[in-house]
Amino acid sequence: MANESKPKLKMAVYWGAACGGCCVSVLDVHEALFTVTEHADLVFWPIALDTKYKDVEAMPDGHIDLTLFNGAVRNSENEHIAHLLRKKSKIMVAYGSCSHMGGIPGLANFSNKEDLLRRVYDECESTSNPDKVRPQEHYQVKEGTLEIPHFYKDVMTLDQIIDVDYYLPGCPPQTERLVEVFLAIVQNKPLPPKGSVIGTTGLAQCEECTRKKSDNRSVKKIFRPWEIDDDGETCFMDQGVICMGPATVGGCGVRCVKGNAPCRGCYGPLPEVTDMGAKIMSTVGTMIDIEDEAEIEKVISNIVDPAGTFYRFSLPSAKIRRKIK
Amino acid sequence: MKRYTIDPITRLEGHGKIEIFTNDEGDVENVYFQVPELRGFEKFVEGRAVEELPQIVTKICGVCPGCHHMASGKALDGVFGVEPTLTAKMIRELFYMAHFVHSHIAHFYALGAPDFVVGPTAPAAERNVLGVIAKVGKEIGTEVIKQRRIAQEIQALIGGHQTHVMMNVPGGVRKGLKEEERKDIVEKAKGFVEFSKFSLQLFEDVVLKNPAYVDVILNGPYSLKIHSMGLVDENNKVNFYDGKVRVVNVDGKELFKYSNTEYREYIEERVEPWTYLKFPYLKKVGWKGFTEGNDSGVYQATPLSRLNAADGMATPLAHEAYEKMYSTLGGKPVHNTLAMHWARLVELLYSSERALELASIPEICGTDLRNKMYQTPKEGVGIVEAQRGTLTHHYMTDEKGIVVKANLIVGTTNNNAPITMSIKKAAQGLIKKGVTVDDGILNMVEMAFRAYDPCFSCATHSLPGNMPLEVIIRDNEGNVKQQFKRK
Repeated sequence: MANESKPKLKMAVYWGAACGGCCVSVLDVHEALFTVTEHADLVFWPIALDTKYKDVEAMPDGHIDLTLFNGAVRNSENEHIAHLLRKKSKIMVAYGSCSHMGGIPGLANFSNKEDLLRRVYDECESTSNPDKVRPQEHYQVKEGTLEIPHFYKDVMTLDQIIDVDYYLPGCPPQTERLVEVFLAIVQNKPLPPKGSVIGTTGLAQCEECTRKKSDNRSVKKIFRPWEIDDDGETCFMDQGVICMGPATVGGCGVRCVKGNAPCRGCYGPLPEVTDMGAKIMSTVGTMIDIEDEAEIEKVISNIVDPAGTFYRFSLPSAKIRRKIK
Repeated sequence: MKRYTIDPITRLEGHGKIEIFTNDEGDVENVYFQVPELRGFEKFVEGRAVEELPQIVTKICGVCPGCHHMASGKALDGVFGVEPTLTAKMIRELFYMAHFVHSHIAHFYALGAPDFVVGPTAPAAERNVLGVIAKVGKEIGTEVIKQRRIAQEIQALIGGHQTHVMMNVPGGVRKGLKEEERKDIVEKAKGFVEFSKFSLQLFEDVVLKNPAYVDVILNGPYSLKIHSMGLVDENNKVNFYDGKVRVVNVDGKELFKYSNTEYREYIEERVEPWTYLKFPYLKKVGWKGFTEGNDSGVYQATPLSRLNAADGMATPLAHEAYEKMYSTLGGKPVHNTLAMHWARLVELLYSSERALELASIPEICGTDLRNKMYQTPKEGVGIVEAQRGTLTHHYMTDEKGIVVKANLIVGTTNNNAPITMSIKKAAQGLIKKGVTVDDGILNMVEMAFRAYDPCFSCATHSLPGNMPLEVIIRDNEGNVKQQFKRK
């Protein structure tokens, strides 16, 4: 039962440019949901509750103890609500890969806004748009003016917009990690320093991975996953398949590799590493067993879509940010 | 002129906005349903290795990721010119049935049922899944949560993850099924069948035995006479994983049937300047505006339209339920929007029976998981039925299998025009001169689109399902004259 003397935690969950998977990961606490509701009142959660933006605006500053913000910042509405929630929240957590690093929607930064809109509204194979109609932020119909949010030119991470206290990574975060973090907060355990990435092992995925790894990798060719007969037991890197595991922090339970798919890095970089792509490139460099530099380059050139693979979830947070033109 | 703005609407997967305009007499003149978001997957999958797409496109929707994964896997088969092995096909379909069971349970009990079990004009605070549980009892509520959870566990076992699955590779799957796992799924699927039968019985007891509800279904402002689309097998029975897309007209007559690679000859999409979401329509009929009837290009792709477009269900109990639905509602096709809830339960029973059928085949544990006779990558189209409508993924690659172009027509997008029209009809029927706009009226406007289980709301599947509304009435200068909020 709730402790009468201790007020319940006020908690909010919100999404920006997201798929809904993060909210599902919150739901997937299953029975633990009762533990959550015993210790916390959810005061804002558009997927589940009736609270409006207006109600959030009416809250005193700092009213919400803990906000989990999932999704990237893609348009003016996302940004507006991010600022609003920052003001109203004591602890702001970037929840999931998209708010943490930009996530899959962040791949749009390889392109630019005009190319994206042209593709979607003018060029798609089944689209017929001879007049080149585009969605308008303000559009006059005979009955009045209709409005939709401003679509930004870039996808941004949450911390590029507001001050973030903690990052809980993953696409989506493993539900058990959320429960651990939640219990630590309600049990008044000392919180890690501001800016920490929480809910991870702090070690590379490889530390948990049960696939057999050789001590001295000697890869002579890079393969795509479908080009090999994966035995389900040998390290993907040893089989010559790019796996982001060595550059990715643990916490997910190595779930993709257990499903026989190589890791793509949704949990984000290892501690002290800011750029996942640079880290994995150095790992790839060490695994290739060829002396001749020209040969090495040939092997490296076998890696298709290196940027889209190495920065699969982290492009908006990476050093190489976006296409300029 | 008065303007009713419903914004933001919550408990949606993403954001939605409704603008209702009435004339000076108080009758509805026009309604706009706006989708304010866009991520642009079609563009940013360009340049990616095509085999990565099944894992990337799951991120379109965290609630129906399995549908995107499946359409993508089938498109990938096409790109590499391979047919998946028999074992792989069975494994994929078994996963997919579990995905339907989980989703349909969640939508019916958490979103649909509150309007019927608790009541369309019941106090808003009770009109949610907890209200449903209060009415039907905690035992049943616990069973609902349990069955959804079991379906998710099967998804995680076969798909590799309960949310963002990664099972599909060109020509097959990454992982096989063990014999003990198969036997376990058989038992679980038996549970699904029983639970589906129970759900249909509940619908009969609570809805069909209540003349007021039957009247709302049949005579309320919830009918839309448009074409129906759905995937069918070689016997014209409903199929979710494979087959041809069949479209029947308002009278139930077949207009055409197309295979995946022919979709462009049949479907076209229109852009409107006031929303980010496009409006698909039947290309051979053309876009004639937001109108009903055989002359209109508007079609729906929903559980009801799937049943309308087919000659029956491929499993015995589901077929019985199918026959019963049509005989009760006065024959095929049915155009009553709220009958979608019934159709969804018929599909729940089908998915359960089909899951049991597939899990009962020992050969599903075969080791021929992948057909590796890959051709030079080029182009592929994958079509499946998502819970919320026919889903099309179309990829074109260079000879190395790098994506050059991709086109997606997503389940709910098919229903963009029908949803707009259904909201308008409901609003016109309910908001009139002399009518006080209250919570019950607003909920009944909502019921018009809730039946579609739209994907911008699909994330709400497992939670209390009433959507709060806020109505602001402004004068011509835009000053707030009256405000009404339903919590």
